[in-house]
Amino acid sequence: MTEFSVIGKPIAMVDAAGKTTGAGKYTDDLSLPGILVGKILHSPCPHALIKRIDTSRACALDGVVAIVTGENAPNQYGILPVGHDETALAVAKVRYIGDNVACVAAINEEIADQALELIDVEYEPLPAYFDPEQSMKAERHLIHENRPNNIEKDYHHIFGDPEKGFAEADYIAEARYLANEVTHAAMEPHSTLASFEIDPHTGKQGRLTVWSSTQVPYYLQHKLSLVLELPMSQIRVIKPLVGGGFGGKSEIIPLEIIAAVAARAANAPVKITYTREEVFWAHRGRPRTIIDLKTGVKNDGRITAVACKVIQDGGAYCSYGVVTILYSGALLGALYDIPNICYDGYRVLTNKPACGAMRGHGTVNVRFAFESQMDEIAAKLGLDPAEMRRVNLLKPPTVTVNGLRVLSYGLPECLDQVVTRSGWKDRRGKLPKGRGLGVACSHYVSGAANSIIRSDMPHSTVNLKIDRDGGVVVYTGASEIGQGSDTMTAQIVAEVLGCGLSRIKVIAADTDLTPIDLGSYSSRVTFMAGNAALRAAEDVKKNIVSAAARRMNCAPEDVVIAGDRVWKRGALSPDTAPESTAAEAARGHVDGQILRGSVLQTRKEERPKDHMSFEEAVVAAIDFHGGLTGTGSYAPPVEARGGKHKGAGVGPAPAYSYSAQVAEVSVNEETGQVTVHKIWAAHDCGRALNPVAVEGQVIGSVWMGLGQALQEEMVWKDGLLMNPGLLEYRSPSSVESPEIECIIVESIDPEGPFGAKEAGEGSLAATIPAISNAIYDAVGIRLREAPFSPERVLAALRAKRGAKKIEMTEGVDPTQPAMFREHGGSLWFRGKGPDRHPDDPARRVVTAWGAQ
Amino acid sequence: MKKQLIELRVNGRTHELAVQPNALLLDVLRQELDLTGSKRGCDDSSCGACTVEVDGVPMLACTMLAASYQGSEITTVEGVSEGGGLATLQRAYGDFGGSQCGYCTPGFMMTVRWLLANHPDPTEEEIREALSSNLCRCTGYSQMYEAIRAVIDAEKKSSTPELAGATRR
Repeated sequence: MTEFSVIGKPIAMVDAAGKTTGAGKYTDDLSLPGILVGKILHSPCPHALIKRIDTSRACALDGVVAIVTGENAPNQYGILPVGHDETALAVAKVRYIGDNVACVAAINEEIADQALELIDVEYEPLPAYFDPEQSMKAERHLIHENRPNNIEKDYHHIFGDPEKGFAEADYIAEARYLANEVTHAAMEPHSTLASFEIDPHTGKQGRLTVWSSTQVPYYLQHKLSLVLELPMSQIRVIKPLVGGGFGGKSEIIPLEIIAAVAARAANAPVKITYTREEVFWAHRGRPRTIIDLKTGVKNDGRITAVACKVIQDGGAYCSYGVVTILYSGALLGALYDIPNICYDGYRVLTNKPACGAMRGHGTVNVRFAFESQMDEIAAKLGLDPAEMRRVNLLKPPTVTVNGLRVLSYGLPECLDQVVTRSGWKDRRGKLPKGRGLGVACSHYVSGAANSIIRSDMPHSTVNLKIDRDGGVVVYTGASEIGQGSDTMTAQIVAEVLGCGLSRIKVIAADTDLTPIDLGSYSSRVTFMAGNAALRAAEDVKKNIVSAAARRMNCAPEDVVIAGDRVWKRGALSPDTAPESTAAEAARGHVDGQILRGSVLQTRKEERPKDHMSFEEAVVAAIDFHGGLTGTGSYAPPVEARGGKHKGAGVGPAPAYSYSAQVAEVSVNEETGQVTVHKIWAAHDCGRALNPVAVEGQVIGSVWMGLGQALQEEMVWKDGLLMNPGLLEYRSPSSVESPEIECIIVESIDPEGPFGAKEAGEGSLAATIPAISNAIYDAVGIRLREAPFSPERVLAALRAKRGAKKIEMTEGVDPTQPAMFREHGGSLWFRGKGPDRHPDDPARRVVTAWGAQ
Repeated sequence: MKKQLIELRVNGRTHELAVQPNALLLDVLRQELDLTGSKRGCDDSSCGACTVEVDGVPMLACTMLAASYQGSEITTVEGVSEGGGLATLQRAYGDFGGSQCGYCTPGFMMTVRWLLANHPDPTEEEIREALSSNLCRCTGYSQMYEAIRAVIDAEKKSSTPELAGATRR
């Protein structure tokens, strides 16, 4: 095995110090002279026509600089070319409680808040749709007029011969599963700062600079251009540090456009930072998903066919919806060998905040259903659930029945690892009463093989320049959001160039400086930006090697660069090579060159030598080539781009990561409380470039899956979110978080950079079914609705005993707002609340309030 | 509301500031003193990202009126670094992956600093209990425990810690 000097070693993130000292700047930490505060007025109605907006009273308030409404930027946009259905601010119609109606730019927050109260909006309520299955029956008052039956998109795929497959099956399981809605809840609330420059030639507003908490600077630049009707070249998007994304910042969030529109109207920089409550309305999380799943198996557990119908409660706008519903179907493949698949997917519009991409995009809820059903089948057929998974493993290299190419496949080893480490064989079924073990697997794409905007351009490009003193600057559009993308880039470049990590400076995600990269989503950065960085570094290295070969009078093939030294093969060994030239560099000069700022100059040594420092080689290369820059790019190979059927573009990836997990839980049969004691999670990430970062990603994914499994849930009451705060949303705290043992499996992908694949998403999906399967092992109940909250567990336990169903809210009037959270923080929710349409189920709420 | 003149002692320095009586300490730190290390992550004092130390006790700057803390010794995350370099805890958080996106990290720095100052050898339970005042959405807390353990071990040996590789497996 090749020995690496930089990759494969646990190292701190290159930006770690800024984070631990508080010196690192996030968007909300930035300020500009003359900056204004932007505040957004949100809709109190789930579905209504806007009859009139009167901003005159608010405009008259001292300190208010500008107020913008939908008319100021009516162009439609959306992250997907097929889903351009959003406007920055509502035009004529609002579609969910929290929809954006107007924005005030004022000299401070207090005045902006006052101004919001003075904006007078007249709404005409329309019937609203909150349940996807109801929404699909709608014929009038559609959420978007061009979407009949409120169906955003439906797909019907048949691969292989499912009918034949089911006919061959010895046993068929069939059930409905339901996963409730969850959201990213990244710690940093979204924030955007927009500022126009004055054009020196026209004397008018010129270039726009936007600092934003985004995972996708390039798409933001593109959509800003569309809405503001400015050429992309006139827009600069800079991504400062981002405080977590998980997909919630992987598309254009309304405030990002609104800030720019407001800055344009105010002729001053405008910063908008969401409150936590607004973050919940901006949402774009994982939709509530109804899964009707049918699996046919032979008696030995081999799967013969799968039929899956998925309905997603997508919210009021398309967002990533079309992609989500396609991922849900496509990623039935590429984990196990399934010869026949029938998939029906419906992405449905409802009057709630739009759902979008969230960690494990599209696959998580379906994987919960699938892995749970496998466990049910194993129990029925008397098979070991882990063995049943082994029977269905793929045999790579292969192309699945739905056109997904699988090369590296570490799933068998992942299974072995968790089975061994958890003591699966000895302990399952033998634990004390109320305690159990469950197993499940999952996978995810390492980058989407087809980009959102179809084109032939590379998905990632990296530029690189080396200065005379051996300093390497890497320019990448990849977006660091805490996952370690900058560190990964620096490591790969240092490894290829053979220099120390401290030489590398990464400049990332600034559209003026860095070449186009599609962004941080679908776990694409390590694979794609990593490959581009690798190629850029090789591009430059070529020139260093050829110059060094000339100086050392040898063939380029005989030049070795490692550990910051360059030598003729055989002249030095890595062990005897002097460590580094840091001391020389500190002195301000090295042999053969004049450094910047150096007072000492030494003559070039002309005679050939057999080794030199990295700087010397760099100087030789610059002197010969007249500059040392390189570029590299990556586009997924044609063979990995999938089949030809409608919707085939989503699902294919150059590689897939794999995960197997075992969860150990106990269930309190009195309270219904589920406690997870430990999770063993094995993840195949190809090669772990930075094991600390990989473990962090895997543990973080498992932990987020745990939240969705046990306690996280967005609770809706007729379109109103009842828990829009971190306290009520119940993201797990340290006391609720179990030990998670991460086991890294390295399958070395043939196309990944140094064999690496993704690590950030693939593990999430297995956690939920691993826990539900463990609950079955512990107390014998099947939970087909997530999260497995105490009331659902208790209800299932009572049902199993045949006991009477307890209505937990019996005697409580759920329409009494006093019973729920007081929305004191929301301006628009003061008072009795909005009028509702007569058909609106929330109408009774209005009555209840009226009676008060 | 008319501003009033107050004196705040932050990170060992005294600042004379004109603030509104209802100004929150967090806003004053961030906007008047440009100490943006303390973060705002929620609306209801549930996330702990704004944690600062007031007279040795970790408190949430988002719920405190700046004018009420004249005469108190306030330490923010900017005051944690030692002599221009990283404190052991900061080093450890970097080396062990205790910080990913970093938005919650300043708050954790303050909480953990207090924990270790008051419980030099905390049990697993005590660490979990202490950390539960702060939310993190990236790490699942596991690597934070490793970092904290490393700091405790380093303190026990009371030598310069070799955190980067030696103590990791």
